[in-house]
Amino acid sequence: MSDNQTGLTPISRDINISKKTIKMQVSATDKIISTIVYILFSLFAFICVYPFYSIIINTISANDLSARGEIIFWPKGIHFQNYVDVFKIPGLGNAFVISLGRTVIGTLLTVGASAFLGFMFAQEDMWGKKFWYRFTIITMFFNAGIIPWYLTMRTLHLTDNFLAYILPSVVAPFFIILVKTFVEATPKELQQAASIDGAGIFTIFYKIILPISKPILATVAIFSAVNQWNSFQDTLLLVTDSKLYSLQFILYNYINQASSLSTMVNLQNAGSTAMATLATKQTSTSIRMTVTIIVVAPILLVYPIFQRFFVKGIIIGAVKG
Amino acid sequence: MRSQSIRSNSFRKFLYISPFMVLLAVFSYYPLYGWVYAFFDYTPPIPLSQSPFVGFKWFHSLVENQVKIDQLLQVIKNTFGISGLGILFSWLPMIFAIFLTEIKAVRFRKFIQTVTTLPNFISWVLVYSLAFSMFSSEGMVNGFLHMTGLSDSPVLFLQSSDHVWLTMWFWATWKTLGWSAILYIAAIMGIDESLYEAAYVDGATRMQVIRHVVLPSMMPTYFVLLMLQIASFLNNGLEQYFVFQNAFNKDTMQVLDLYVYNLAMGGGSYSVSVAISMLKSLISVVLLFSVNGLSKLLRGEGIV
Repeated sequence: MSDNQTGLTPISRDINISKKTIKMQVSATDKIISTIVYILFSLFAFICVYPFYSIIINTISANDLSARGEIIFWPKGIHFQNYVDVFKIPGLGNAFVISLGRTVIGTLLTVGASAFLGFMFAQEDMWGKKFWYRFTIITMFFNAGIIPWYLTMRTLHLTDNFLAYILPSVVAPFFIILVKTFVEATPKELQQAASIDGAGIFTIFYKIILPISKPILATVAIFSAVNQWNSFQDTLLLVTDSKLYSLQFILYNYINQASSLSTMVNLQNAGSTAMATLATKQTSTSIRMTVTIIVVAPILLVYPIFQRFFVKGIIIGAVKG
Repeated sequence: MRSQSIRSNSFRKFLYISPFMVLLAVFSYYPLYGWVYAFFDYTPPIPLSQSPFVGFKWFHSLVENQVKIDQLLQVIKNTFGISGLGILFSWLPMIFAIFLTEIKAVRFRKFIQTVTTLPNFISWVLVYSLAFSMFSSEGMVNGFLHMTGLSDSPVLFLQSSDHVWLTMWFWATWKTLGWSAILYIAAIMGIDESLYEAAYVDGATRMQVIRHVVLPSMMPTYFVLLMLQIASFLNNGLEQYFVFQNAFNKDTMQVLDLYVYNLAMGGGSYSVSVAISMLKSLISVVLLFSVNGLSKLLRGEGIV
């Protein structure tokens, strides 16, 4: 895999073929097509970015204008009062801690388990290896359904329990496949040499496999962190205790009851010396959008850094040996 | 002696992974036991052990009168409509990948790739929030229409029951298109260099190269992904439809997954919804084996 993750395109390749570069025919139709392609891609990119951009400019604009949908291309009447006010909503800080907690703990456990199981399934000699590997992988293709799952969780006393966010996702078949494929592609001699030197299985795993599997484990980590951070269904089904609400769930509730929240925040602010003007007075729109940005911000910050990692990782996983 | 130590060693390796296998059994296999609820008259809080056994009563009840038949038919129609649209446009990521790799400007290409994979990483709740900000009656789109005088009264995009299948397909595509294209990009990078060279020497235009070199090389990947998509025809997932549903669009929005959820969590009819879940899973398994068989027939290897 070259460092340039999109690789050399077929078009740029013709430069490298030889000194007597074979020029490809570029017909008029090709030019028209490539212009259309550029336009379409730009348009789609715009559709992907604009919603995020527009909400960001709305949260820092005058609230009365944004409530009427008048902030479209650039912010007007910039202020940051919304971010100060939103953190006054009871429960939001707590939900942030819950979301962060499940993301950190869940990711650590999932990455650890995926690394270990992927490594073990790459072992040549394990009792019933084929059977247990199938036992694991087959779960990707069936599920009992949402209600049997809910009833199971209730039987296990995992309703209104923080562990319900963590335990079900520890063993993740897809990630195990990724790691197993990666480990099997590494030279066997590494492990053999270590075991001749008397290293036990855990030593090999910790000292050799973990360090060389960093790229694939980074991929698994980012996937599983995003899954945890974005998870909504488990809270919806299993949690009634508001102390365990995740940010996603709170956001969903806010979208549906933003008007009562804005009234509440405004009442809280009414006592303070700085009377809110129309521009900084909370509306249902401003509350909703500000919380949206708070929920999406971690993803927007982390995403560009890790993007090259998981594109590589997926490609490693796609090229199954 | 030696063989015994090897054997015990291999069993010890199994013991190391056994705790994880237990977890898997508990969360992936044990719920299957929940299917027995479909054969009992289960009403919480009375435990299952004291509920009367009713055999196939709930399965019959799904089709016992015209009203129920109509409702189930509408739900099945929605499921087929939305999944069908997905399959109809399943070639989009492939085309997206092909033309993306055709772009010469490296910076522009990387920018497009980064930007278009982003939506895949936000939750459906956030997608709904974005949709709400854009398309609600006081959203940006209506603000824009109002400012430019294109429309006086706000257009109720989210409350309409028209075109729900299309809008749901649009959001799903918006969210996953760039991401799904990555697999195809990987496949394009794996194409043998000499094929291109031969095409250039023969004086092929770019379109001809795409048609005769790139597309045929994409087919195996496309085929496998299409088969997997067909296998999960009935599993639209719950979240997307749950967040977008409201009183106005419920009729055309309810896919099987959402219907099952609404029955149990909204209506308390656990047994009926388990019965539907069960049928859904069974049909999915049959679909999976069918496409796997088809794949073996056509390509000589299965997809699972």
